[in-house]
Amino acid sequence: MALSEHATDLPIGHLLRELTPQVLGIVVRRFHDFAAAEDAVQEASIAAVIEWPQQGLPENPRAWLTQVAFRKMTDQIRSESARRRRETEVAEEAARAPVTTFDAVRVKDDTLVLLFMCCHPALAPSSAIALTLRAVGGLTTAEIANAFLVPEATMAQRISRAKQTIKASGIPFQLPDPDERGLRLRSVLHVLYLIFNEGYTATSGPHLRRTDLSQEGIRLARMALQLEPENTEIAGLLALMLLTDARRHARTGLNDELIPLAQQDRALWDRGQIAEGVALLSAALPKGSVGPYQLQAAIAAVHDEGGRLEDTDWPQILALYELLKRMSDNPMVILNHAIAVAMVHGPKEGLNLLDGLKGEPRIAEHYRLDAVRAHLLEMAGDSRAAAKYYLAAAGKTVNLPERNYLLMQSARLSTMIRDS
Amino acid sequence: MKYILMMHGKKADWDEYTRWSKEDLQRNVDYMRSFSKELNDSGVFVDTKGLALPHEAKNVRAGQNGEPITDGVFPESKEFLAGYWVIDVETPEQAYKIAARASAAPGPGGKPANMPIEVRQVLGSHSDLGV
Repeated sequence: MALSEHATDLPIGHLLRELTPQVLGIVVRRFHDFAAAEDAVQEASIAAVIEWPQQGLPENPRAWLTQVAFRKMTDQIRSESARRRRETEVAEEAARAPVTTFDAVRVKDDTLVLLFMCCHPALAPSSAIALTLRAVGGLTTAEIANAFLVPEATMAQRISRAKQTIKASGIPFQLPDPDERGLRLRSVLHVLYLIFNEGYTATSGPHLRRTDLSQEGIRLARMALQLEPENTEIAGLLALMLLTDARRHARTGLNDELIPLAQQDRALWDRGQIAEGVALLSAALPKGSVGPYQLQAAIAAVHDEGGRLEDTDWPQILALYELLKRMSDNPMVILNHAIAVAMVHGPKEGLNLLDGLKGEPRIAEHYRLDAVRAHLLEMAGDSRAAAKYYLAAAGKTVNLPERNYLLMQSARLSTMIRDS
Repeated sequence: MKYILMMHGKKADWDEYTRWSKEDLQRNVDYMRSFSKELNDSGVFVDTKGLALPHEAKNVRAGQNGEPITDGVFPESKEFLAGYWVIDVETPEQAYKIAARASAAPGPGGKPANMPIEVRQVLGSHSDLGV
């Protein structure tokens, strides 16, 4: 029956995603080979997807997966090393040792180690993202390939190369040293943020069938926070994701067209998610050092909490951007700061700031500079110049919905000028 | 970032291609095969297609009632798309490097043909929230 198949489909997928990093940690500890263990766990998961719906859920799914992964490991080692008898014996012995007790603390630590490993700065972002989704997120290669719209074979190759890089660089399977930990955590947060961001724009309309990376980003950030509950930047990242994602149903129209924050139907915002984001942030902020994710989340919270557009507390947003600007040279932060200045002190002030950015190559070439300039010129009442800059921005963006939006703005103003 | 690499040629280039020696053709085919393998192995391959010879190429426009009006006599100087690759890479420089590999495919006598490859970014839905 199609219906019952579907009903058992979902929980198994969820369960596998939960269990993957736990099982992987155990297999890596047992066999000391991350790359091979990761393959074995993926094979075990695929076996589970086939067998569990037919035979029913095993009594202890984690033990089942671990045993199957162990068997895959021994099979592999046996076939690779007929000539290396000793290795085979060691592997068989390792596999025979029973999997009875699961040390909860150990499992937790292992998941954290996996996260640090997959997000290692030695990996290119696209490789780190793919590996994290598979080894920690428990997604299949096909699901990840589908999310990034590339062939499965390409994604498989990317993951396998990422594992080779880890192997070659000799990164140990352990938590980073305390002096390194801050830096490594930044790269973990960045990878999780990229996963969320990748999915953020592709979660509506015809893209609905794609693996939902925003949800995966949120899930992984939740997992990371469970592992490190006292870390305020992880809390900040999760809050930022929730507060941003809360607007997902309002940010695109029926035909996938972009709807800017100012024009969104606020009744469509997810109040529950906003409340959760705000609560996380309120708990994190007083705990000490405030990092860029908490600040971004705070800005998102101010936007989300304004009942009506005109209630938005722009002076508060400006103050937060002033702080954020000291920590980040991201063009988006600098440009958003200029918008906040314009909202508080008027468009002329904002435009003066933009004029000062001409010498900054990362910003001068960014389409958003033209888009923000167009927006502020329109605020200042110069429709003609605004239309020109909307058009210039449309020519530079590589995002299709955004290009449509910018072209539409330019056309709207040009039509207005012609008809007046 | 996804890029499309488009190989263009004039009709005369095709005509010449069909007159290459067996050795020259074999060298070219082997090169392209190993180029494809490189793309696969490095985890950047998304798609590729080669197109049929341009002799039957037509430009189509909708006439009244939406009926097709075809136009097919092209000047000798017109360039046709010969084929394309779509790749997924981290930087534009990486895309240019791969395009240069395609351009260097051997022509007659084994010398690199240095065909021009047009490199264009493919529009996506990626955006930057700005952290």
